[in-house]
Amino acid sequence: MAMAIRVFLLLLFASFSAHPSFALYEDQVGLMDWHQQYIGKVNHAVFHTQKAGRKRVVVSTEENVIASLDLRRGAIFWRHVLGANDAVDEIDIALEKYVITLSSEGSLLRAWNLPDGQMVWESFVHGSMPSKSLLFIPANLKKDKDNVIIVFGKGCLHAVSSIDGEILWRKQLATESLEIQQVFQPLGSDIIYAIGFVGSSQFDTYQIDAKNGELLKYSSAAFPGGFSGEFASVSSDMLVALDATRSILVSINFRDGETSFHQTQISDLVEDYSGMSKIFPSKLAGKFAIKINSYVIFIGVTGDNKLEVVEKIDYPAAVSDALPFSEGQQAFALVQHGGSKIHLTVKLDNDWGSDLLKESIEMDHQRGLVQKVFINSYTRTDRSHGFRVLIVMEDHSLLLLQQGEIVWSREDGLASILDITTSELPVERKGVSVAKVEHNLFEWLKGHILKLKGTLMLASPEDIVVIQGMRLKSSEKSKMTRDHNGFRKLLIVLTKAGKLFALHTGDGRVVWSLLLPSLRRSETCEHPIGLNIYQWQVPHHHAMDENPSVLVVGRCGHCSDAPGVLSFVDTYTGKELNSLILAHSIAQVIPLPFTDSTEQRLHLLIDASRRAYLYPRTPEAINMFQHEFPNIYWFSIEAENDIIRGHALQRNCMPEVADEYCFNTRDLWSIIFPSESEKIIATVTRQLNEVVHTQAKVTADQDVMYKYISKNLLFVATVAPKAAGEIGSATPEESWLVVYLIDTVTGRIMHRVTHLGSQGPVHAVFSENWVVYHYFNLRAHRYEMSVIEIYDQSRADNKDVLKLVLGKHNLSSPISSYSRPEVTVKSQTYFFTHSVKAMAVTSTAKGITSKQLLIGTIGDQVLALDKRFLDPRRSINPTQSEKEEGIIPLTDSLPIIPQSYVTHSLQVEGLRGIVTIPAKLESTTLVFVYGVDLFFTRIAPSRTYDSLTEDFSYALLLITIVALIAAIFVTWVLSVRKELREKWR
Amino acid sequence: MEKGKGVVGRRWAIDFTDNSTAPSSRDIPDPLGFTRASPDQDDSTLSRQKKDAEANWKSQKAWEVAQAPFKNLLMMGFMMWMAGSTVHLFSIGITFSALWQPISALQGVGKVFEPYKDKKVDTLGPKLLFIALNLAGLALGVWKLNTLGLLPTHASDWVSSLSPAQEVEYSGGGLPIR
Repeated sequence: MAMAIRVFLLLLFASFSAHPSFALYEDQVGLMDWHQQYIGKVNHAVFHTQKAGRKRVVVSTEENVIASLDLRRGAIFWRHVLGANDAVDEIDIALEKYVITLSSEGSLLRAWNLPDGQMVWESFVHGSMPSKSLLFIPANLKKDKDNVIIVFGKGCLHAVSSIDGEILWRKQLATESLEIQQVFQPLGSDIIYAIGFVGSSQFDTYQIDAKNGELLKYSSAAFPGGFSGEFASVSSDMLVALDATRSILVSINFRDGETSFHQTQISDLVEDYSGMSKIFPSKLAGKFAIKINSYVIFIGVTGDNKLEVVEKIDYPAAVSDALPFSEGQQAFALVQHGGSKIHLTVKLDNDWGSDLLKESIEMDHQRGLVQKVFINSYTRTDRSHGFRVLIVMEDHSLLLLQQGEIVWSREDGLASILDITTSELPVERKGVSVAKVEHNLFEWLKGHILKLKGTLMLASPEDIVVIQGMRLKSSEKSKMTRDHNGFRKLLIVLTKAGKLFALHTGDGRVVWSLLLPSLRRSETCEHPIGLNIYQWQVPHHHAMDENPSVLVVGRCGHCSDAPGVLSFVDTYTGKELNSLILAHSIAQVIPLPFTDSTEQRLHLLIDASRRAYLYPRTPEAINMFQHEFPNIYWFSIEAENDIIRGHALQRNCMPEVADEYCFNTRDLWSIIFPSESEKIIATVTRQLNEVVHTQAKVTADQDVMYKYISKNLLFVATVAPKAAGEIGSATPEESWLVVYLIDTVTGRIMHRVTHLGSQGPVHAVFSENWVVYHYFNLRAHRYEMSVIEIYDQSRADNKDVLKLVLGKHNLSSPISSYSRPEVTVKSQTYFFTHSVKAMAVTSTAKGITSKQLLIGTIGDQVLALDKRFLDPRRSINPTQSEKEEGIIPLTDSLPIIPQSYVTHSLQVEGLRGIVTIPAKLESTTLVFVYGVDLFFTRIAPSRTYDSLTEDFSYALLLITIVALIAAIFVTWVLSVRKELREKWR
Repeated sequence: MEKGKGVVGRRWAIDFTDNSTAPSSRDIPDPLGFTRASPDQDDSTLSRQKKDAEANWKSQKAWEVAQAPFKNLLMMGFMMWMAGSTVHLFSIGITFSALWQPISALQGVGKVFEPYKDKKVDTLGPKLLFIALNLAGLALGVWKLNTLGLLPTHASDWVSSLSPAQEVEYSGGGLPIR
């Protein structure tokens, strides 16, 4: 057996040295990979319906994306992903051809060409203090044939030319606590109004000359009751605001520089008023909407500051801004929920009684409530006005409604994935036969004959097109059953909106989706957030009839001691099986390496006060747990205090907490980093599910090194506190990077390295017995990657063949961290060109296949780099035997081979993470990359040595076999005849 | 030699059979110069000589056969030298044939020397030589196998697929989840 493996490995090495890289042919794109583009939850939308041009809508999203979408199909025309800290504040269209965006808290103003999305100009808006940022594009404010853009940002009001982004004038407005809330220009005047609150009780109005920025008039008035900060503008000279107690509506009239307040008690307007009220930030003429209890109340403002209730509707509702559509008329859209339908109403804002449009549309209840509505009008062929509405749902999806139906929808919640796990598909049962997929034998044969023609280069161009089409939409890969190779799986993803999606790995379609009821706002849980997702039950062997399920962990609120939420979801049906709102908080979730009789994995949940809770809460689980009790440890990292602590479980916390599944813990050890010299910036541990094939590493001269393989190792990187910021914020002399390998059971520091003159950000992967980490070297002005390999010195003398043959060795006896194994470490460092966004390592079913590092580059691509390049045994002149082993001569930098980009020509915009999942086929790893976009592919780090390639011609094989059999038969007949003839002679 | 017993009333008959080798039954003297010597008697002396020659020949042949693997050995050696010391299909094929040939030859030692089996011929010597040469061939094969590194003589061959040892303790945790 050992020999066979050696032969196999040697063959493998031989094949490696022949092919240092692998790549994809052009026609293989899309065969096993898929790529989906998203934009995220839409914040602002501006419609642009040029008469001749294509109809489109420009949107900005929470993922800092600005995109132009096709109004007919919802496809993306163009898209820009701004940086993670360049949030888009406002968006508008100027001059009918530029998209203007204001981002980075009002400091960056950019203009993008509307048809193709190219940036036309960019200008920095300077200012002294942080403030709200506002963008206002007056319709008819001209200066030398140039439209002017009014920007308020960083406490200054700016007028910017829309042609080249030049700042025309600038006016400092903000004093200490002034918050400008709105900038507007009454129709037909050259005066710009800027209004805002100072502190909580003063209301300021500025009137500014639009031509030169001169302050024309300033008025200020104090309101003794104080404001809550919420307001709605009702007309060009009036606002309605809520007072600090949220029980009085204050209408603020500021005509001609005179500010007057008028108070109305909400209880006078609405009879059964109690509790909180909230103003909808809508812009309707003479009207505003306010949310009280579970109602939305529209309140009209009559001439003499009188408020009156126009209508009262049930709460889950959303209102759009007013849209001017024909002479002086403005319309707005109102969306309400009713059962499984949503009701869309379009009304004129000065005439409540009549509805321009009233439609009911069937809506998937997994999309939740409507959150935002954007309205747009179009002219029908009969010259009447039609309306289309863009709505953003609770699950962040975007839908376009027109003529009573959903024209298109986008699952943009998938742009903000929090966590991922996988699930197997159901096993193929007798009912689902292969024939269903292969159509019939004739089709199958035809397909293969076509393929054969392709391989023999006989195919015509049309045939090639047919072959390519066949390969791309092979129904084999999108089947809903488990396959032999383990390529087909479900990716279960949890999004920021609290929705679970199950994506099929074959083609990336959404198999089911579930807006988790336990992660929706409710009375008991005001601000639920999803955190992580774990595999809860993976049935195999004896629990085959059960469906697999996942555990979703959430929290009621943002602070760490908020009560936790658990939800269990069946991955076949997509139904929530059970959900719990816990009495304790969740600080950590530790999946234990034991499963109960129904294959449910035991989990330990640690709360903020360091108590451990065991789940599932069954007597069987507690029995199993008690059995392993003394050998379970856990550790916590306090990054803000630079402390790592190790804990052991102590005893049941029965007297204080009446819960038999609760355990007290005690501190075992702690590592306190000196806060003046070290700050934790990165930690990494091995993947829980990683499989390692062997503990021995065989070197070229038949020598053996024993790897130190332990799951209880922690990699910690610390930097000098001065160098914790951006690259360049510290000099090389005052920056250093210290790397630790720590045993998390005993707290023993196994290894420690200092890189002087280096700083973060540090990205690291930990696999088997090695760590690879990426950081910046300030002295060399380059990024570096280092590798550390750990070997067990205490086993190194197990080299007597006879003893090994007879089994007299201690290599398979269980090891304990308390035995203090002696380790040796090998390490090496290389330059690396790219900065890195994420890093991962391939994982295979048995851990035999060699590893590749997957590096998410700054260009949002994924690069596969052989681990062989990061081998500390590399030397400048390797010996012949080392070369045979596959050791590459040492170079100062790691090569970037263009063919080894896993994402080939695609970009995964806003890349945030890379997940690798082992397939059943040993040679293959499934890779899922997520960010704003999603990308999935499968890679074989050592090529597919254990299977035939995709384009293997079975027909050719079949024909060869048939021809051989025929030849055998013919020659047999001939030989019989010849023999007979010989005999007659 | 039926004489037509079923024919009744036959007057005469001539027997055309030539009884020249049988002693004359009708007392016809043999022609002059013809001595009726028994061929059997004559053969016995002749065959003795013949048998001796044959035995000689057999033992000679047996020795030849016994020496045949030597040529094979030389050829194998040459082929092995040609195949080099890296593991690929050719060298593995040659090595395995070099191992298989002596083994199959050793299995059929009896059969190889079957034709030369004789009371007078002593096949033990050739057999021993044959076996020795084949064992040498086998040794050559094994040596080749070793040079290819396919013999489990190193510690690495016995531990290369040894799975990692189990850990007694289990530890989990990390940064608090955000």
